[in-house]
Amino acid sequence: MTADNLGGWPDPQPRMGFFTDTSVCIGCKACEVACKEWNAVPDDGFELLGHSYDNTGGLSANSWRHVAFIEQPVPTDVLAEAEAGPGDMRWLMMSNVCKHCTHAGCLDVCPTGSLFRTEFGTVVVQEDICNGCGYCIPACPYGVIDQRKDDGRAWKCTLCYDRVGDGLTPACAQACPTRSIQFGEVGELRERAAARVEALHGQGVGEARLYGHDPDDGVGGNGAFFLLLDEPEVYGLPPDPIVPTRDLPAMWRRAGLAGLAMAAAVVVSFLGGRP
Amino acid sequence: MAEAHPVGFQYVVEAKNRGATVIHIDPRFTRTSALAHTYVPMRAGADIAFLGGVVNYILSNEKDFREYVVAYTNASMIVGEGFRDTEDLDGLFSGYDPELNVYDQSSWQYEGQSDEGQQEGEAHADRETASGLEQESHGPPVPADVPRDPTLRHPRCVYQILKRHYARYTPEMVERVCGVPPEKFLEVCAAWTRNSGRERTTALVYSVGWTQHSVGVQYIRTGAIIQLLLGNMGRPGGGVMALRGHASIQGSTDIPTLFNLLPGYLPMPHHRQHETFRQWVDAIRHPEQKGFWANAEAYAVSLLKAYFGDAATEQNDWGYGWLPRLTGDHGTYQQVLDMIDGKIKGYFLLGQNPAVGSAHGRAQRLGMANLDWLVVRDLFAIESATFWKDGPEVATGEIVPEQCRTEVFLMPAASHAEKEGTFTQTQRLLQWREKALDPPGDCRSELWFFHHLGRLVRERLAGSTLPRDQAVLRLNWPDEEPSGEDVLREINGYDVATGAALSNFTDLAADGTTACGCWIYSGVFKDGVNQAARRKPGAEQDWVAREWGWAWPSDRRTLYNRASADPEGRPWSERKKYVWWDPAAGEWTGYDVPDFEKTKPPSYRPPEGASGVEAIAGDDAFIMQGDGKGWLYAPSGLIDGPMPTHYEPAESPIGNPLYGQGANPARKRYDRDDNPLNPASPVYPYVFSTSRLTEHHTAGGMSRQLAYLSELQPEMFVEVSPALAAERGLEHHGWAHVITSRAAIEARVLVTDRLRPLRVDGRVIHQIWMPYHWGSSGLVTGDSANDLIGIVLDPNVLIQESKVGTCDIRPGRRPAGADLLAYVEDYRRRAEGHDG
Repeated sequence: MTADNLGGWPDPQPRMGFFTDTSVCIGCKACEVACKEWNAVPDDGFELLGHSYDNTGGLSANSWRHVAFIEQPVPTDVLAEAEAGPGDMRWLMMSNVCKHCTHAGCLDVCPTGSLFRTEFGTVVVQEDICNGCGYCIPACPYGVIDQRKDDGRAWKCTLCYDRVGDGLTPACAQACPTRSIQFGEVGELRERAAARVEALHGQGVGEARLYGHDPDDGVGGNGAFFLLLDEPEVYGLPPDPIVPTRDLPAMWRRAGLAGLAMAAAVVVSFLGGRP
Repeated sequence: MAEAHPVGFQYVVEAKNRGATVIHIDPRFTRTSALAHTYVPMRAGADIAFLGGVVNYILSNEKDFREYVVAYTNASMIVGEGFRDTEDLDGLFSGYDPELNVYDQSSWQYEGQSDEGQQEGEAHADRETASGLEQESHGPPVPADVPRDPTLRHPRCVYQILKRHYARYTPEMVERVCGVPPEKFLEVCAAWTRNSGRERTTALVYSVGWTQHSVGVQYIRTGAIIQLLLGNMGRPGGGVMALRGHASIQGSTDIPTLFNLLPGYLPMPHHRQHETFRQWVDAIRHPEQKGFWANAEAYAVSLLKAYFGDAATEQNDWGYGWLPRLTGDHGTYQQVLDMIDGKIKGYFLLGQNPAVGSAHGRAQRLGMANLDWLVVRDLFAIESATFWKDGPEVATGEIVPEQCRTEVFLMPAASHAEKEGTFTQTQRLLQWREKALDPPGDCRSELWFFHHLGRLVRERLAGSTLPRDQAVLRLNWPDEEPSGEDVLREINGYDVATGAALSNFTDLAADGTTACGCWIYSGVFKDGVNQAARRKPGAEQDWVAREWGWAWPSDRRTLYNRASADPEGRPWSERKKYVWWDPAAGEWTGYDVPDFEKTKPPSYRPPEGASGVEAIAGDDAFIMQGDGKGWLYAPSGLIDGPMPTHYEPAESPIGNPLYGQGANPARKRYDRDDNPLNPASPVYPYVFSTSRLTEHHTAGGMSRQLAYLSELQPEMFVEVSPALAAERGLEHHGWAHVITSRAAIEARVLVTDRLRPLRVDGRVIHQIWMPYHWGSSGLVTGDSANDLIGIVLDPNVLIQESKVGTCDIRPGRRPAGADLLAYVEDYRRRAEGHDG
């Protein structure tokens, strides 16, 4: 469906992305390991974080997939607790990844052209071009892209550009045992995701909702979007992400107008100064 | 299952998406619970009380699949008058010998069964040699004709005995013993029974932690009884499936790494019980008995022909005299204690890390530190190769590296991706694996290692006339290193004269014309083709997928599948149609290879006095059993009772709510100063259990050496409930140490709602949980949970009780050095004080 040729390619491919269905994630972290194996991402240190079973902490230059673990004792009110007993709780798991935004802040601000839009509509850093300026890091509304401390360059998920180009599935989706991570054409994934939400609602899982699927959101929709079982904040996701460069054209326009006005004023003042 | 078998769990997720109800019963809320509809927390070590409650629910509500039960189980068989139940004897069955702690099983037999009883000391020898493991696959002697009452009303029929035995296992008793509320328990009962019967079947899937109890075999038996009562055996979608702890653990019992078995579940000869070849063979085939074990002589002779080739002749009993003999308990734990005692001088470890992975780590390491030599073949320098320089006993001063007498040979091994061969999984499916790449450096396969080791040993022994050397010298040992397929071909069996591959175990002969390395695998190289290497995709064949791999025996995907049809041979239902009798063609047919003689009609009844295969009636679906029936009640063969009974774990904070008898009376104990067990004492007030994390593999040899796995779970930790944390002053993310009478180990604390206290027998029981992956070498190191555990074993198969014990937990790190020993000793002294 998505014929949005985001990169302006002469011969664009269908836009490819991920649909991550957290309702079937079992937190095995095979995605994290497969990603690191394929992309030769270094380990991120051996530290027990005490955040449930999450010892990765978040997406970073050295972790391009991150499985969040959220332990939720439910219910919280006394009456419900008496009825439900102490046995009921939820353990939410969610494999997070770069969103490959339609309007990608990191791409917008990259001064070297290291970040580029591929023919599959994904956003990729070219490691041989990146000069480590770091502009992209604050430009990401999700805090995904990150600098590697030892070399200064910026790193993130490439949606396995090298595999996808060869017709292969990205490593994380390939390794996922429960099809929590699904790879495919974004348009088709959006249809699949909508059907999945409907099915879950039919099974009584009313809290199922999509995140990042909407082309009208603050980043123009994501190439990698999610089915969540709670509010985005619970998973550490921004509820209403906005690409920081969204207002850039207007700002430039205003700045341009201001400049013109100033120039005019100068001209006028010089003109005015002439006897 | 999601935690330890994430890849297999995809099918649970798929079933859930298709409408299946997923119920998870576990002492702690795991990644499996996270995806279950219902999570049922329960006390570790109380499973028979829970499952016995399910049996009681089935029987008292008549939810059993009656036609199936009457036709295919021993429900209608009459048991002898001498039998007394645990209900009569306060937790003991009749025949108990309190001095040896074993049973004389003669009073458990069917009515009219030859009640000669066991010979003096036989039950003891059976326990020493884990004979239950041998019996598991070929029922012990039972006459073909047993009095029956098909109405199931006779007070001594198995059905009524079972009903009485479990009558007190009510939902209220389940709550009292297991800490499970009745409504949760009844939800499980309702779901299980609702999903069983003519139209539906339920699979019981367990992971092998279930076996690691002093009543482990009886846990599985209780599951099997439920599945038989509900008609879930021998039918598609049913069964009892063990999820193994590693790839091919099924294969390692089929072609065993066990001390008491030979390939194909032939028993290892015992020096006194099987002095002659004839005694040995008759002990397997039981001349008067029904079933396919009657042909055991052909399997045995063919195995000896495979071992000894031309040297095996009828005149020398096919070389039977060269086979080693059992003289008693040679199980892994007895061996370790024998090492400590200086009775064992050398040890081979292949892909095993007992310094971390086996119960009572200190005993394991002290044993290995008292050898002449130790050969470790592994991928890395695991703790079992480095204990002499970095094990916990070095810190306590019990092992001094400079003085440790053991010479350790670390031989680098090839990984599974670096060699070819088969894996056998829980469905008995053999799947061939190709070699993906050559092993690095000096790493070599087991096949290479043993071929050359055998060659070199034989060269050293050449010309020896010593009797002890003859077995090795007469082995049929090739000069050239064989390939994996050469080995599989020998396992399959061949015609000795022509070398042609056999097509099935029915081709095996007892006259020396065939050789076969493992009779149940015969057919895997049918037509000279590696059948295990078949890989036709599922989408290109029917749902039974018979062209993927090869299943033993005879490429049969579901065992005892005669039971998928009714006694007249018709499918129980269209929906569960699998194997049936075709009257027109006069043969059994269906989607799978029928597990029955192809042309024996359902109406067949054996002639008077028949035995062996001839004695199997047309409705005897369980063709390997001595009476052709699935056993709800085991009239012999199990060392600790004909029916599962709830016993407390060997270490429990409470008495047995059901009986005066606390723990399994027949459990295998090793009462020694270096193997103390915690007495019931407030000094060890808490229950602990251990298991795996998804991120690590068993003792960590294959995961703590890899950065990408180590970073995901970098430190040993202990999980406690908020209530226990408050009681003991434990801080989340801080340190704590856990103490038993064997050891004290330290770990980081995770305070989590995933563990919760239970109300058991009127009091609050706190349970704590630990992973057991850490040890002293690798990228990430830590104390080992198995150090906490003592050695007490299931009597049938000699597996250790390592999934439940008692302990204390305290905040902060444990003492170090010699202070640690004094600390543990002080606990022991205080506990004994309380006990006395």
